[in-house]
Amino acid sequence: MKLYIADGNPHCIKVLAALELTGGTCDTAVVSHEEKVVPHFTRPVSPALLLPDGQHLFSPNSICQYLFDISGQKATDATNQWLEWEATNLQPAVLQSLHMVALQGKHVEAAAVMKEPLNWLEQSLSKKNTPFLTAVSPVHHKHTHLCLCEEPAVLQSLHMVALQGKHVEAAAVMKEPLNWLEQSLSKKNTPFLTAAEDGEHVMTVEEIEEAAQIWSEGLKGSPAVTERKHPVLPQEGKRNVLLTSALPYVNNVPHLGNIIGCVLSADVFARYGRLRGWNLLFICGTDEYGTATENKAREEGLTPQEICDKYHAVHADIYQWFQIDFDFFGRTTTERQTEIAQDIFWRLHGRGFLLEDTVEQLRCESCQRFLADRFVEGECPHCRYPEARGDQCDKCGRLINAVELRNPQCKVCKETPVIRSSKHLFLNLPKLEDELEQWLDKSTGSGDWTANARHITHSWLRDGLKPRCITRDLRWGTPVPHEEYKEKVFYVWFDAPIGYLSITANYTDQWEKWWKNPQQVELYNFMAKDNVPFHSVVFPCSLLGAQDNYTLVNHLIATEYLNYEDTKFSKSRGVGVFGDMAKDTGIPSDVWRFYLLYLRPEGQDSAFSWSDMALKNNSELLNNLGNFINRAGMFVSKFFDGCVPEMLLNEDDNRLIAQVRWELKQYIQLLDKVRIRDALKCILNISRHGNQYIQVNEPWKKIKGGDGDRQRAGTVTGVSVNVACLLSVVLEPYMPSVSHTIRQQLQAPPTCVSAMLQNTGTFICTLPAGHCIGTVSPLFQKLENEQIEVLRKRFGGQQPEEESAKVKARVETKPSAGAAQDASVNVNADPERAKQLTALVAEQGNKVRGLKAQKAEQSVIDEAVETLLDLKKQLSLAEGKNPEPAAQKRKKK
Amino acid sequence: MCQVSGVIKMALRELSSLERFLGLKKPNKYSSQGGKKVPVLQNNNGPALIGLVTIASHLVREAKRPELLGDSAERRAVVQQWLEYRVTRLDNCSKEEVKVILKDLNQYLEDKVYLAGNVFTLADILMYYGIHHIVVELAVQEKERYLNITRWFDHIQHYPGVRHHLPPVVVLRNRVYPSGHY
Repeated sequence: MKLYIADGNPHCIKVLAALELTGGTCDTAVVSHEEKVVPHFTRPVSPALLLPDGQHLFSPNSICQYLFDISGQKATDATNQWLEWEATNLQPAVLQSLHMVALQGKHVEAAAVMKEPLNWLEQSLSKKNTPFLTAVSPVHHKHTHLCLCEEPAVLQSLHMVALQGKHVEAAAVMKEPLNWLEQSLSKKNTPFLTAAEDGEHVMTVEEIEEAAQIWSEGLKGSPAVTERKHPVLPQEGKRNVLLTSALPYVNNVPHLGNIIGCVLSADVFARYGRLRGWNLLFICGTDEYGTATENKAREEGLTPQEICDKYHAVHADIYQWFQIDFDFFGRTTTERQTEIAQDIFWRLHGRGFLLEDTVEQLRCESCQRFLADRFVEGECPHCRYPEARGDQCDKCGRLINAVELRNPQCKVCKETPVIRSSKHLFLNLPKLEDELEQWLDKSTGSGDWTANARHITHSWLRDGLKPRCITRDLRWGTPVPHEEYKEKVFYVWFDAPIGYLSITANYTDQWEKWWKNPQQVELYNFMAKDNVPFHSVVFPCSLLGAQDNYTLVNHLIATEYLNYEDTKFSKSRGVGVFGDMAKDTGIPSDVWRFYLLYLRPEGQDSAFSWSDMALKNNSELLNNLGNFINRAGMFVSKFFDGCVPEMLLNEDDNRLIAQVRWELKQYIQLLDKVRIRDALKCILNISRHGNQYIQVNEPWKKIKGGDGDRQRAGTVTGVSVNVACLLSVVLEPYMPSVSHTIRQQLQAPPTCVSAMLQNTGTFICTLPAGHCIGTVSPLFQKLENEQIEVLRKRFGGQQPEEESAKVKARVETKPSAGAAQDASVNVNADPERAKQLTALVAEQGNKVRGLKAQKAEQSVIDEAVETLLDLKKQLSLAEGKNPEPAAQKRKKK
Repeated sequence: MCQVSGVIKMALRELSSLERFLGLKKPNKYSSQGGKKVPVLQNNNGPALIGLVTIASHLVREAKRPELLGDSAERRAVVQQWLEYRVTRLDNCSKEEVKVILKDLNQYLEDKVYLAGNVFTLADILMYYGIHHIVVELAVQEKERYLNITRWFDHIQHYPGVRHHLPPVVVLRNRVYPSGHY
């Protein structure tokens, strides 16, 4: 008997739980979602159970039934009926509502879909007046429960309706199997159910007492805050965490998706880790070598080095504005990079992990260089389309090998390139495959790898590894030190990840203490999912082959994609907000961080939307979080002369403290697993609890009452302001400035941060009676509709009309190169001109693409292309002459 | 009371055919419930039973023919699985889905006489009832393509006492087994 399960498939929970419950044993294999286990099915299904007679069970309910059957519990009419109901009513409803929530964001409709099945469940439960669905045997009712609580969404909906007080029975009945499930699953380290813990946690008496006890102990003997001292180096007896964020490519201004995908996510985790007292080093830098840089340089009339210098500063500036707290933000074009890359190369070479092969390539004699695929155009060998690109034909869509093109043309000089063979070196991945798989088993088995990282890696291995070329016929790169290849440089994929090492080496001479120290160091890599194979397969192969005791990745955290208002970010179309523009919106950096983290594409793609941003700012930050913290502080100032009053805790206060403590523990559990977005919800829950607490207890009324009432008002105010202090602590990784402001307003002791984030989370009274707070003021501002509309228009791909029309008119009347350059556009003008030109370049680019797509006459296209090149030239001049290139794009009226 | 829709009429006919197959003497009373028109069995000595599979399994037990639900734990699970397949996948499936189902089922039946292997079970009866409207519509070539389904289907429709309310589907043996097929 063998059970096949897939990660993250909720149906597998039922089966695993049934297995545990019935005490059965069977081999379990984790398969990917694409793997076909049941031979007669076209589509893969999971879970599946291979029976002793060679048949497969593919329905989770039948598998459960089977497991119960062999343990001596036969099905009855009642269990049959619940299972049938689950399969025909509940499952489809859950699926539909999940779809609505996850893909369409329709929470209200999704809840409506769940209403009927939930009502039915509720009715049945209350009718029978029993806490179980079927009263057959204690095991059997669990059996049915398991099938019901398969979906986190069901639980959430249950919790939701239960909170509204309509479905008390339904929530109560789920409690027992849920607790049980959580326990048994957490033992097994299965990541399935954690999302289900979203709803209200029901507190036990012991829990409440314990929380109150810990709270009252206060801030005694908390460890002093340790200052960060550079260079940070691994220390004996500490948790040493090395954290990298994918190196952004230097010649693109990063957009919001890039920012949330790596640097911002990594920053939250780095800040969190430091607060937790880990010895942590966070490094990143710009990836600067490669064709793209060479081309950008040609476009802008600068040298590659100048391009790198210019854009490195742009990047550094953007990240600084977003408060990304790198320990070091370096670059890949350094001496150390050459040293380390060449060392790894020689080690691979010496150990026989490199292969030699000859590759045929197109070379343009007049440009004196080998042509990268997208710099050659010609006739498609399949469909004869005349403008096929070197890698793919836009008309028939087929992939092309550049040397197969008929009548190829260099896109830069229009000359005909010739085919030259060129010798290249390949990394022999197949030879390293066994070692890689062994290491992967270990790393993915013990570390936190996101589901997409596991899948992508798995599918690469499944397809089999092939040797990969590591050299390029380029100039802008790390030179290959080998005599026979001295004209060549390393291919960026080989070179760039070595940047992590060389950037660390530029930070400290003792970089090897981090990078050649897998015994002491835990390595986290943050990236978007497109980068996964390079970090999980290719780069580890380089390091394994070099055999120098390198630190390899332990935790690979990959995000999905962030879209922009239902479309993609596009620099050329001017769609979306790019890092350098966020500042100009007038929206504070912390609010940007909050919204991006709230949207973090964890598990699935998400979309940035202006109206949603306004909504979240106004509802969550302003009305929930800000409102609570401000009220708590204001009560202290107004009613108690700015000093925290005496607190005499009663049952209600203890309950709130326990609730808050539970959320804090959740927050820590989630962040330990790098569930950044989910942990943010815990923060918002804390302030929601706080608001409810204030609302119910009405300290503003009680303060006017008799002694007892005044005493009560004091306690509620004191507890609230302490919750506010905790909020400042948990907010620190997400909104560092706001967090700081809160602590300043409350004059909170600096030790409160590390004290409360110790171990599994300790909510203590950090502002005792008599503590005096500072001046309290509002933390957030409302985002008005009009303001948001203006922003939406500004970043929607259309520039403000009058402006661009003006410039366009001037340029279009003088389309020839010389004339345009002459005077019509003042290239020395303010950076705004450069911005307008950028828009024009984008527009003209679209026009050219449009013409090509419509297969307009060549002469028309040529003319349009010429105008485009012209605009680009003007743009680069406008930008190039600016003494402070990094600042130019950000200045707006 | 309310108008009985086509779907529920089918389900009720199926259940009464099943009763006759099982030789149950006095016919049961059925009604339907919910937007999806699920059959309900009003039971004198217990609560009402809801759902086609639940009721059908109940009838089989009542008729003391438990072997029709499977005579071993493995077989019981396989039978339940196909019963569930019938109500979740086969019922109300889209045109596109039909093709996938036929293809999968055809492959599944390649080495089997009945759905649960070598013995006739309730799964065969309900799958036969459920797939009848699809097989009726198949062109001769399609029947040939889904050879194993056609063979199984023909087999079940000729199984004594099963067909009852449904018209027979003609299976041309000489066309279904063309000489070149071997």
